[in-house]
Amino acid sequence: MTEKGTILYSVDPLIIHDHYEIDYRHSYAEDSPFFIGLSKGKLLGSRCTGCGYTYATPRSHCMDCGAPTAWQELPLTGRVHTFTTCHYGGEAFLKETPFTLILAEFDGADTLLLSRLKGIEPEAVRIGLPVVARFAKTPSFRVTDVWFEPDHPHPSLPPRGGG
Amino acid sequence: MISGGITKFAKAHPDKDFRLMVKEAYDYALRDVPRFSTDMIEGAVGSYFSDHFTRQLKAASMVQDYLGLCPRPSKRIEGGGATGGLCFQSAWEAVASGRMNCCVAFGFETMSRVNTWKGNEFIALASDTNFDFPVGGFYTGYYAMMVQRHMHEFGTTVEQMAMVSVKNHANALYNPYAQKAKRLTVKQVRESPMVATPLTMEDICTMSDGAAVCLLASEEVAGKVCDRPVKITGVGSGSDAMRMADRPHGKVILLPHEREADYAHLRYPGVHSFRGGRTAAKLAYQMAGIRNPMEQLSFVELHDAYTSSEIQTYEDLGLCKYGEGGRFVESGIPFMPGVDYGLELPKQGRLPVNPSGGLLACGHPVGATGLMQAVFAFWQLQRTISKHLGNDTLQVKNAERGLIHSHAGTGTYITVSILEAAE
Repeated sequence: MTEKGTILYSVDPLIIHDHYEIDYRHSYAEDSPFFIGLSKGKLLGSRCTGCGYTYATPRSHCMDCGAPTAWQELPLTGRVHTFTTCHYGGEAFLKETPFTLILAEFDGADTLLLSRLKGIEPEAVRIGLPVVARFAKTPSFRVTDVWFEPDHPHPSLPPRGGG
Repeated sequence: MISGGITKFAKAHPDKDFRLMVKEAYDYALRDVPRFSTDMIEGAVGSYFSDHFTRQLKAASMVQDYLGLCPRPSKRIEGGGATGGLCFQSAWEAVASGRMNCCVAFGFETMSRVNTWKGNEFIALASDTNFDFPVGGFYTGYYAMMVQRHMHEFGTTVEQMAMVSVKNHANALYNPYAQKAKRLTVKQVRESPMVATPLTMEDICTMSDGAAVCLLASEEVAGKVCDRPVKITGVGSGSDAMRMADRPHGKVILLPHEREADYAHLRYPGVHSFRGGRTAAKLAYQMAGIRNPMEQLSFVELHDAYTSSEIQTYEDLGLCKYGEGGRFVESGIPFMPGVDYGLELPKQGRLPVNPSGGLLACGHPVGATGLMQAVFAFWQLQRTISKHLGNDTLQVKNAERGLIHSHAGTGTYITVSILEAAE
């Protein structure tokens, strides 16, 4: 606590201001290649070496059969599996509202990836919308180094959302 | 179960810390069983969700000593939103295994110590902090994505969701323990501020300070000290992957009254359904001998953190088929009989869901919530709602068997417990 003095909110009951912050050394450990991949403009999923189940959000062991997985590059284009536009959020993200969250689905992957969708009016977002991955020019080595935008070359929607 | 107590859930209780809140609920429970003595208590299980909110590690130990229960066995249970339900089942395990003749389950949360949006951030830390939280960690956003998919798959409407809000807030008008009782219209729910499309402020439960306590005892002890004990006849729980993105697409887990042909084209659970909830229900029904929940339950208290998740949960519990949750609420089945909601409800009151007002209206002090449901269910089955709430509007007539459902994260831990009135 580096605070000097005390901020008093009330005396009955006695309520004071109490500050708290902390720094961590955070390791991505076995998931590190995914975050390094984002800095190189790649989306790395993982594919089970035992049963072939393919994870769009990677994990180093298969949650179905338990075998190790191998890294596998995902296509940079996918579709909106579902979406929402947040007008409020956790305190850390309030200043970014409104923002649109999507779960993206990819051909060849059995699971999805949570990301943001940019470059489109919230009212225009639809399940099944084709999207393309964009990457931060200066990586922060966070999952937000990738986001999606509408994939304009294919403006027509498929008849219904896949997945 | 031989007794229960609840503090009034409120936005903030700055005059009481978590120890005193639990003490109030505990003393209430003790007063309700005058023949019971605290010497009979052989241990306790405490539940609170968040060390961030409490900013006191081992807080349950401080409750244990405040209640005068040292040096008896104690532990803390934490399981996100299902913390209270898991605590209830843990206390049941202590008694059912024969380890204890009487076990206290206590739960609390003090969420008022940070602002609402900081609180939302704390809650969102219960999502994967590598892959999910940094994207815009916000539970309402996660649930909004689920219901978008539910609407897409099944045609569920925002008006159907709003009806859940109307129902639960109106029920709470007759529940003095509730934090947010009010009369609403579907239009008002839709016109309240948008939080994450399509969920508005009135589709979402609020943060609360509160505590709840349940006293569980063996049948032998219960028979001695309690005139109308309630029997826990079924417990079940289930789980799912932390990340919503990891949910598979496979076959529906069937309940006894369902057939595979009912779901020929449904890819399950996806993000629209909770296989952990379905698993919990299946196990609890099996244990309690329930073949058809709609026919065999008198009421349900379920985890309606969102109007949408109440609809999703009707389906997981098999009160209707997957995909029919929206029409289920529209039919009026889950409303209370005898309450005027200002809605046309052809089958009003056939199976009341959240007669207490649920999380939407009672509030959601996480560690207390699942135990609060148990206490309301206990009073329903004792048919003592009038005694405890001061009026009998919410008393389900001839209540014989109730279900309580507690739910964590995006469906990562879910408990279902079945309680029955003693014969």
